[in-house]
Amino acid sequence: MSDWEKRLTGPSKETNQERVGRVLTTLSITVIGLLVATILIFLASKGLSLFIKYGVNIWDFVSGTDWSPKKGSYGALPMIVTSFGVTMLAGIVALPLALMVALAVTEILPPAFRKVTQPVIELLVGIPSVVYGFVGLTVIIPILRQWFGGTGFGMLAATVVLFLMIVPTMVSMTIDTLLAVPESYRMASKGLGATRWQTIYRTILPSAAGGVLTAMIFGMARAFGEALAVQMVIGNASIMPTSLMSSAATLTSVLTTGIGNTVMGTAANDALWSLALVLLVMSLIFNLAMRLVNRNKEG
Amino acid sequence: MDPQKSNRLATGVILCFAAIVSLIVLSLVLYLLATGLPHVSWHFLTSAASSFTAGGGIRDQLFNSFYLVILTLLVSVPLSLGAAIYLSEYAPKNRLTSILRLAIEVLSSLPSVVVGLFGYLVFVLQWKMDFSLLAGALALTIINLPLLTRSCETALSQVPFLQRQAGLGLGMAKWRVTTRIMVPAALPGIMTGAILSAGRIFGEAAALIYTAGQSSINVSYSNWNPFSPTSFLNPMRPAETLAVHIWKLNTEGLVPDATAVSAGAAAVLIIAILAFNLLARFVGGLVAKHFRQ
Repeated sequence: MSDWEKRLTGPSKETNQERVGRVLTTLSITVIGLLVATILIFLASKGLSLFIKYGVNIWDFVSGTDWSPKKGSYGALPMIVTSFGVTMLAGIVALPLALMVALAVTEILPPAFRKVTQPVIELLVGIPSVVYGFVGLTVIIPILRQWFGGTGFGMLAATVVLFLMIVPTMVSMTIDTLLAVPESYRMASKGLGATRWQTIYRTILPSAAGGVLTAMIFGMARAFGEALAVQMVIGNASIMPTSLMSSAATLTSVLTTGIGNTVMGTAANDALWSLALVLLVMSLIFNLAMRLVNRNKEG
Repeated sequence: MDPQKSNRLATGVILCFAAIVSLIVLSLVLYLLATGLPHVSWHFLTSAASSFTAGGGIRDQLFNSFYLVILTLLVSVPLSLGAAIYLSEYAPKNRLTSILRLAIEVLSSLPSVVVGLFGYLVFVLQWKMDFSLLAGALALTIINLPLLTRSCETALSQVPFLQRQAGLGLGMAKWRVTTRIMVPAALPGIMTGAILSAGRIFGEAAALIYTAGQSSINVSYSNWNPFSPTSFLNPMRPAETLAVHIWKLNTEGLVPDATAVSAGAAAVLIIAILAFNLLARFVGGLVAKHFRQ
């Protein structure tokens, strides 16, 4: 075949480029897809090996209250309860306060104010969680110690640190939601003679409810998965918490301290991977909850 | 109650609580800066950390943090951009695409400590990287991928559809339209996203303590050969970052001035995050201006 024949019947330069592009982009998305699949499979198989290889009863794991892996006792309930406790408390306290800050910024204060608040909120969102943990250690714990006695380490300190950590994120997301409420709603409400407060709770809040809820779940998911900031202030005692001021341990804090202290492949180590699996499942549930809320909002 | 009265009351309550929350959060940050900044000096930034005595600096940690961000972006930007181009330009509307989107969302909801454990299991132990910058960069890539992919895709989707049509109408192949028209037009958004993500991974610690490690070895800053074990560029050396350093000092630190060093390090971290945010705004504005002309 001569040269011109090849050029006429063969693929053009454009087609070849197109192929290269398609392969490159497909390759990158495949890498990401495989990565997610690998993470899920790895964590599931490692996390389940405690139950399969060592024959620990799943129910005992979830409901047992004694966590001493070195003695073969794997009750993870204290950590599960503590994780949920601090997350719920931080989320429930943060929701109304974040909502009020967002309402103040979007509905009450003059719009020019937003030019100042936005970069500040962005900065606060970006502050690493270790820094919040350090604040907890040097500021929050001494205050708690003074007010309530004891060491200051415990669930309350962790709640405060998590609250500080998630409030900026929740405020920022709530502001976005409130700004997405069409301006015509506000005008219509005001045109009917409603006061600002009536407009807020009769018109704006109902139409922004889904977004506000999403912001709270997002904040709580972040709080649930936070490891180091919590580990620094919670006291790290894997026992059932008796009060807000008693030392406790969350799933993440036990993982942080435990992985370095156990030997790979032992039952004690596999028990930690089971905790990681619980954490993974919970973060998937948070994700699912956010999807459900969003679907309801659209429907 | 009289609607006017309740309006005034509600406005007052909202403003009052909003002010209290803002004051508490802001005063904590200001407190951090006020206690940390006096400790930040040229000596603090340029001397090595000490393990037992007071007066240590954060030179290696600061460098490691920046180096790790660069390594992470080197891996995650091409990968995210490729995935974003696939999702916005090539992806057919079918089940597989929605599963891929779901996978990216799942990835973004993973707690960073879980990512760190996965990195420890796979990169450190199975791929025998040991505690190294490379293992840390790969773990950070996992954290960075979903967010960066999303911001790249948003940036691409904001390019007017007309531009794409014009390119295709001239007979350009889709890939050429993408690389010559779409990506340049979306560049401000992509760069802003990348810089913001850099700020986020700069302060990450939970994913790093079991991948990049919690210690720094002595490196020489004049050895530019990345394959030499004592070079500061060697990606196979264990490296403690600034955020890990703060955590480590406060949990098992032995130095007497741990609080002062961590306050200084925290102030440096906050200022670095602020710089990343400002840079993102600046670059976004600059590139956008360039393309408008």
